[in-house]
Amino acid sequence: MIIWLLVAFPALGAALLLTWGKESDRFGHLIATAASAASFVWGLVLFVQLLGRDHDDRTVTESLFTWISTGPQGSGAFHVEMSFVYDPLAALFVLLITGVGTLIHVYSIGYMEHDDRRRRFFAFLNLFVAAMLVLVLAGDYLVLFLGWEGVGLASYLLIGFWQHKPSAAAAAKKAFVVNRVGDIGMALAIMLMFKEFGTTEIAAVGDSVAGATANTITALGLLLLLGACGKSAQVPLQSWLLDAMEGPTPVSALIHAATMVTAGVYLVVRSNAIFDASETARTAVVIVGLVTLIAGAIIGCAKDDIKKALAGSTMSQIGYMMLAAGLGPAGYAFAIFHLVTHGFFKANMFLGAGSVMHAMDDDVNMRHYGALRTALPVTFATFGLGYLAIIGFPGFSGFFSKDKIIEAALAHNVWIGLATVLGAGITAFYMTRLMAMTFAGQKRWKDEVHPHESPRVMTVPLMVLAAASVLGGILLLGDWITDWLEPVVGHTEHHEVVIGGVELAPIAVSALVTLVVAAGVAIAWATYGRREVEGETPEKVSILTRFARNDLYGDTVNEWVAVRPTMGLARGLARFDQHGLHRAITGFVELIGEGATAMRSWQNGFVRSYALGVFLGALALTLALLVVIWR
Amino acid sequence: MNDLLSLSMILFTIGAVGVLVRRNALIVFMCVELMLNATNLAFVAFAREHGNLDGQLAAFFVMVVAAAEVVVGLAIIIAIHRSRGSISVDEVRQVRG
Repeated sequence: MIIWLLVAFPALGAALLLTWGKESDRFGHLIATAASAASFVWGLVLFVQLLGRDHDDRTVTESLFTWISTGPQGSGAFHVEMSFVYDPLAALFVLLITGVGTLIHVYSIGYMEHDDRRRRFFAFLNLFVAAMLVLVLAGDYLVLFLGWEGVGLASYLLIGFWQHKPSAAAAAKKAFVVNRVGDIGMALAIMLMFKEFGTTEIAAVGDSVAGATANTITALGLLLLLGACGKSAQVPLQSWLLDAMEGPTPVSALIHAATMVTAGVYLVVRSNAIFDASETARTAVVIVGLVTLIAGAIIGCAKDDIKKALAGSTMSQIGYMMLAAGLGPAGYAFAIFHLVTHGFFKANMFLGAGSVMHAMDDDVNMRHYGALRTALPVTFATFGLGYLAIIGFPGFSGFFSKDKIIEAALAHNVWIGLATVLGAGITAFYMTRLMAMTFAGQKRWKDEVHPHESPRVMTVPLMVLAAASVLGGILLLGDWITDWLEPVVGHTEHHEVVIGGVELAPIAVSALVTLVVAAGVAIAWATYGRREVEGETPEKVSILTRFARNDLYGDTVNEWVAVRPTMGLARGLARFDQHGLHRAITGFVELIGEGATAMRSWQNGFVRSYALGVFLGALALTLALLVVIWR
Repeated sequence: MNDLLSLSMILFTIGAVGVLVRRNALIVFMCVELMLNATNLAFVAFAREHGNLDGQLAAFFVMVVAAAEVVVGLAIIIAIHRSRGSISVDEVRQVRG
């Protein structure tokens, strides 16, 4: 198995497009798409090879070269191999990243057709795919960190792709800075690993966990969680994701919905040895997931910007995955399962939203949409399938993946479980609201807008993703996904759901969830489907709506907790520098200068005054001598 | 002994005051000589008091240096008189001519 080839294709594509001159503008996007597709095909080949192997022999390690070494491995020296590990978990991610990635490359050919900098856009997309593959294939936490920072860079470049817009530039900067906060956790975790275990290799760290103290493991778990929060936009580092919607829509679909933001979930699942050993860290993961799941859902309910509503939904769905990962062995596989299905339907809906924006002259306000089902039949159909998948309509992929998480959560703790059920209800509400405002009702279009269906190059990826959204559930057939992931995350324990001493069958849980979802859909339809939607955002709204519209005041909290103290400190230091240090230095200089001026007047050229000085000096010396003698 | 030292002090003081208050370079010069000779007197007095020749030795050195100083000093005074037509020490505030 040649694993590095997976990374090499898109990395080469990015390098080629970034260094080649203008003549590649005509075909640059084709090179990038081909690179991504080649990686996908190679991923399929490797996947089939892995399938053919024995169940317990599905971890392939490939060491390219020694990256950093201060001595031989295992001697306590710092030794990092540039190693890739291809195992069932990495295999799923490779297929998701390159598969969805390739579809989004194809879609972008149409979406970015009129952009002068399309070649550069594709170079960044390729760079992202390469970095993300490094992240999921890494055999060492430091190599993982390389990919981690690589996707952070790609995300920054792509959010700020339309850098001429100040809002886009600011959003890119915000994403970068907030991600750095998470990276501190990640970096500290890696340092702690090296200090405690003498190695940063993922497998070796997992083996060392048994011999470490409980405090070390908990600290490692919490630091990794901080890193995961940054990348996956979990509370309290969630604020960048909504602003990240300033980037072109394919970017939102690829990076800020389907793949990169799931890196945090990947990190937790990949570090399962650490989280298995620390109850506290797992609880923290569950709490973070739960809070984000509800917060994201509430934000999604109030946004009129179609992309921001979807971004809130992304936060919420990743919250589900985090929560599942925090449940330990009972949830790892389902976190990954939901991650994969979410990758399909969220990419589908984001690209659908891009198609709608394309038709509506880049207007993102859903209050200016309405009745688009006839104007955009293909987008409507594919978006509708994605919608059914995300709300968990029975038989669709989201139904299976979300139900499994809710079931595991209910078995873990009834209240957490009920909160996830409530989350499912809110999900149904905001997605129905989005559907109703966009595709149903009356036309509320601006006068000059004439919607038309997107070209084939954009709709075909939508169809493929829609099909995947519908059929994603087959991964669960015969518990395939839990079996498949078993070599990595261990056996998926099954706990019965017991509420008040009564054991609930899985079918009863599904029925309960479906009921809540139906209620959410009904409420949303009654509010936004049957009644006419106002063409402009109403000003008089409930406190809750205002709360949600302002992203639950996450930015305000950041402003007061982080930005203002930091700015205050910086200003204080600047003032101290100017008025304290600077004054002290210049004051000393002035003292010398003035002293020199005063002393210069003594040198007046009169010989007799010099003589007087000599006499006075002699007199002073004599007096001093006398004082010394007489004492 | 005290008489000799008293005379030495009186001579030195006269010389010192002369250096400080007079403007004529020649007078200043003579006052410097006066101060030198006052010290010579003190040296010799102390030599006699202690009964060794150290003080006399020092006095001879002072005389030699004073002779040399006179030669150089008078030459400078003549040069100044030639260039400025005056030998007032207050006139030579600037070194440049």
